[in-house]
Amino acid sequence: MTEAAENLKTTPLHGLHLELKGRMVPFAGYDMPVQYPLGILKEHQHTRDKAGLFDVSHMGQVRLTGDDPAAALEALVPGDIKGLARGRMRYTLFLNEQGGILDDLMVTNAGDHLFLVVNAACKEQDVAHMRDRLKGKAEVELLDDLALMALQGPAAAGVLARFIPEAATMKFMSYLPATFNGIPVVITRSGYTGEDGYEISCDTSDAETIARALLAEDEVEAIGLGARDSLRLEAGLCLYGHDIDTTTTPVEAALEWALSKRRREEGGFPGHAIIKGQLENGAPRRRVGLRTEGRQPAREHTDICDASGNKIGEVTSGGFGPTFNAPVAMGYVDRAHAALDTPVQLMVRGKPLAAKVAAMPFVPQRYYRG
Amino acid sequence: MTIKYTKDHEWVRVEGDVGTVGVSDHAQHQLGDVVFVELPDVGRALQQGKEAAVVESVKAASDVYAPVSGEVVEVNHELENEPARVNTGAETDGWFFKLRLTNPAELDGLMDEAAYKAFVEGQA
Repeated sequence: MTEAAENLKTTPLHGLHLELKGRMVPFAGYDMPVQYPLGILKEHQHTRDKAGLFDVSHMGQVRLTGDDPAAALEALVPGDIKGLARGRMRYTLFLNEQGGILDDLMVTNAGDHLFLVVNAACKEQDVAHMRDRLKGKAEVELLDDLALMALQGPAAAGVLARFIPEAATMKFMSYLPATFNGIPVVITRSGYTGEDGYEISCDTSDAETIARALLAEDEVEAIGLGARDSLRLEAGLCLYGHDIDTTTTPVEAALEWALSKRRREEGGFPGHAIIKGQLENGAPRRRVGLRTEGRQPAREHTDICDASGNKIGEVTSGGFGPTFNAPVAMGYVDRAHAALDTPVQLMVRGKPLAAKVAAMPFVPQRYYRG
Repeated sequence: MTIKYTKDHEWVRVEGDVGTVGVSDHAQHQLGDVVFVELPDVGRALQQGKEAAVVESVKAASDVYAPVSGEVVEVNHELENEPARVNTGAETDGWFFKLRLTNPAELDGLMDEAAYKAFVEGQA
């Protein structure tokens, strides 16, 4: 066994990753498996065909309490949090005063508190942001004693139901406290692959027991961050720090669906005036899908040019889509070039690669709608 | 016939004045699943240690450098349809290109199989 590189944090499943011969890489300050011996292509396809188990314990789990934490949180995000029914969850965004995105997150109404899942690289900053801005209105607790796993894929529901029968009938984007072989867990029917699946939150000391029980099921393989990235890219989902950041607004990022109707009208979140203007008049640029001819991938930071060779944008995520069986990319282009099927050129190593603005997701999402 | 390796994990197998070039089995293992290979044009003059080809895995693109100087005389078109050959046969049918050596003395500075093996183990 090799120890984690100096200064890197580890998750409660670190020992298991090493035992499974995960190839460990630094990610958001953690020593994480980018792949296991199966390899990214097969791990990706296994998740689409059966079920994959992902360690996402590096992500931040946060509890928000207070008299009305939903009302308090609405001051920082554009989602309808007050209207979130008990046991339901929603994707939303921390925004800055310019309408730029500080982080993207999941918010769950857990009854007596709000349960948030935020990005690993942003969690300290998110907690500081909330503590600063919600002072006197909500208590913010980073739940460092919790682990988080994702079980994703068409077989995920069948597998999890062997341990938690009531998981099978959960609605997409819902939350349920339950027990897994007697161990208390909190599960949500959500994920980051475009497939049906769950995220399972548990005490750090129970994580390995649960992971081993799930991996012992025939359909389940351990999946690394490499396939997590290719899966989410095919599903058209944004990666914070790449596809969205403080310089992109939700309208530029084509995330209008995360701007709840009531909030668009009422405002009361940072950047509302800018976002309202962009909703009415369009944003100067748009996040779009990009489909290339041939098999050559275009990576992040590849210049996007129009037919005459003028730069109109940049790729923010790009790679090979194993299920799509072709390169997949997303990036920002000037609004004049954002329409579906607009021909563009991607400048890969100085040579133009023909591409078109394409619809996302590249692979149909298969969430459980009950 | 002699096979030599570089510190950048390319190999070159020389027959007469033509060298066949690829990436080592160790390198393909490090790269992971190969999904695309960009090959040099036939006729291009390559300089030792300079960019010659690109190999792309699901995650990233990596440069392949010319282990020795020479002129490209043939490329492995099979890799265009089946880039995974780099994974399954890195040092056999996963070769990248052949070049006519312009300075065979450059071979003397490369590692033989035993030296390369020791080099890789030293890196681990």
